[in-house]
Amino acid sequence: MKLSYFAWVRERIGKTDEELTPPANVKTVGELIAWLSARGEEYAHAFEKPHLIRAALDRKHVKHDVPIAGAREAAFFPPMTGG
Amino acid sequence: MAQVRIQREDFDAAEEARALIAGRRDIGAVVTFTGLCRDEAGSLNALELEHYPGMAEDEIARVAAEAEARWPLMGVTAIHRFGKIAPGENIVLVVTASAHRAAAFEAAEFLMDFLKTRAPFWKKEHRVDGSEGGWVEAKAGDDKAAERWW
Repeated sequence: MKLSYFAWVRERIGKTDEELTPPANVKTVGELIAWLSARGEEYAHAFEKPHLIRAALDRKHVKHDVPIAGAREAAFFPPMTGG
Repeated sequence: MAQVRIQREDFDAAEEARALIAGRRDIGAVVTFTGLCRDEAGSLNALELEHYPGMAEDEIARVAAEAEARWPLMGVTAIHRFGKIAPGENIVLVVTASAHRAAAFEAAEFLMDFLKTRAPFWKKEHRVDGSEGGWVEAKAGDDKAAERWW
């Protein structure tokens, strides 16, 4: 699936997006965050406070307990500050 | 059907309001809200606005559709800029039109409250002293402002 990162999540990970295939036991957004956190220091830094991370699946806001099955794109970002 | 635009270029609030009511005889109230970049007591040189292309449009359109479902609106325009924006420049525009003022006022406020907490935009500060001020933190007050509509 495509993973996209924005704002300080993007800066900490050091890339805007990437293609990754999470293992089958990664079923929810929260589990995807935990799996990514274990991929390296930069990911651990980006996701060190999971409660601050907002997520979207296929460009719709989702909570961390939502299943990722069928989603083509997951995005992670801090709370929004537009307007 | 609301008009939603995400753009780097500036907008003209008066022009957008005129376009929304052009040729109409049934509209009795137009509310125009413009959000500007402020200089934070002289310390801010510019804001850098990052957005999530595609989702930004979709999310603002969803909020606008919700406003249209709640109030008898005759027109909605929402424009949000991205990129580098200096103090005094426009960031966001909401225009609502209705037969009466209450619906237009309330819908404009609703749109701004939800746009702030749901539209995928992030502000980074550039300081006058040349330092990077870091990412603007979301305000708890913004969440509260959005919650009162439920």
